[in-house]
Amino acid sequence: MSEKINNKTVLFNPLSKDNPVIVQILGICSALAVTAKVEPALVMGMSVIAVLAFSCVIISLIRKTIPTNIRIIVQLVVIAGLVVIVNQLLQAYAYDVSKQLSVFIGLIITNCILMGRLEAFAMSNKPWPSFLDGVGNGLGYAIILVIVAFFRELLGSGTLFNYPVIPASFYDAGYSNNGLMILPPMALIVVACIIWVHRAHNKELQEK
Amino acid sequence: MENFNLFIRSIFIDNMIFAYFLGMCSFLAVSKNVKTAFGLGIAVTFMLTITLPINYLLETYVLRPGAMAWLGAEYAAVDLSFLSLIMFIAVIASMTQLVEMAVEKYAPSLYASLGIFLPLIAVNCAILGGSLFMEQRDFPSLGTSIFAGLGWGIGWLIAIVAIAAIRERLDSHNNIPAPLRGIGITFIITALMGIAFMSFLGIKI
Repeated sequence: MSEKINNKTVLFNPLSKDNPVIVQILGICSALAVTAKVEPALVMGMSVIAVLAFSCVIISLIRKTIPTNIRIIVQLVVIAGLVVIVNQLLQAYAYDVSKQLSVFIGLIITNCILMGRLEAFAMSNKPWPSFLDGVGNGLGYAIILVIVAFFRELLGSGTLFNYPVIPASFYDAGYSNNGLMILPPMALIVVACIIWVHRAHNKELQEK
Repeated sequence: MENFNLFIRSIFIDNMIFAYFLGMCSFLAVSKNVKTAFGLGIAVTFMLTITLPINYLLETYVLRPGAMAWLGAEYAAVDLSFLSLIMFIAVIASMTQLVEMAVEKYAPSLYASLGIFLPLIAVNCAILGGSLFMEQRDFPSLGTSIFAGLGWGIGWLIAIVAIAAIRERLDSHNNIPAPLRGIGITFIITALMGIAFMSFLGIKI
């Protein structure tokens, strides 16, 4: 590592220019399934930030002792251990949300963001930049999750964090919730719209 | 007969991609042409059909609360269910490795066509998702888990081949807005197909 890694870029790049979900297209599976409501999306985002940050640090600490040909299994074991801890914590302190998230907490293990960041960054960098990289990518993931969930909950159920936000007079005037937004496929459309807006602003990301 | 119904249901109604969005990462990355998409689909089907029964046995005889009763009365109270995540992923990762070695030795031509996809499968959410659904839904027997695994795999295969076939023709013949080209339009197509697959929900079998 001769060149100095800029900690600030490492932390803030994944928020927009190098966002794991809409630019690197990683971790889509869980991003779509948990976003019908804001609350589970937020919990999911925080769980991923925690697992990602700590697994990056652990892998980065032991990166020199891992034999290259079994590194995938080592990474999986580290991630799985952390996910089990998060899963148990959620069941203990936020049982309702963990019920809603069902298998998707477990599926953090196979979230490609984790493997992707460990392979691409933590395996070749010091613990502190790796930690920032983990937090940055986790945040980038969480932001997209919350944006998608915000639109789906607002338009689909007329609530935010389970509190009704659309005044009753709207409903009297003939407004009704768009039930389609609750259905899973609409998450893809919302993500596609985010990609559209994002790429319209960042022209260098557009594909030919 | 019940297993057959479950098999059909796993393919169409509980489709891994269109109903649960599992395995989306490789689905989006490898669906640029039909041939490679088909290869990956076969590999996923194969792994799901193998790992689901193994994980079912593990769940029933080791992990579930009271599952160790066959070892003797003093083990009846042991509850190892918190280990299920680690055990499942360990089974999947090691089976992937094992199958890769077996295929390389006994079927070199198959290996040449599947080769690069096999390692990808260890981190495909559809495989782990299958095992977790199996745990969550308390499958009644080994047969159920085999049929469900096969059905989910074939459902995934159908989905990825269909998307690949659409994408092959899409880019060259249509005038898509520049920011949507490539990945954006793939998201929208997947969503529309997902909505189409939802029409199967009404069917009771």
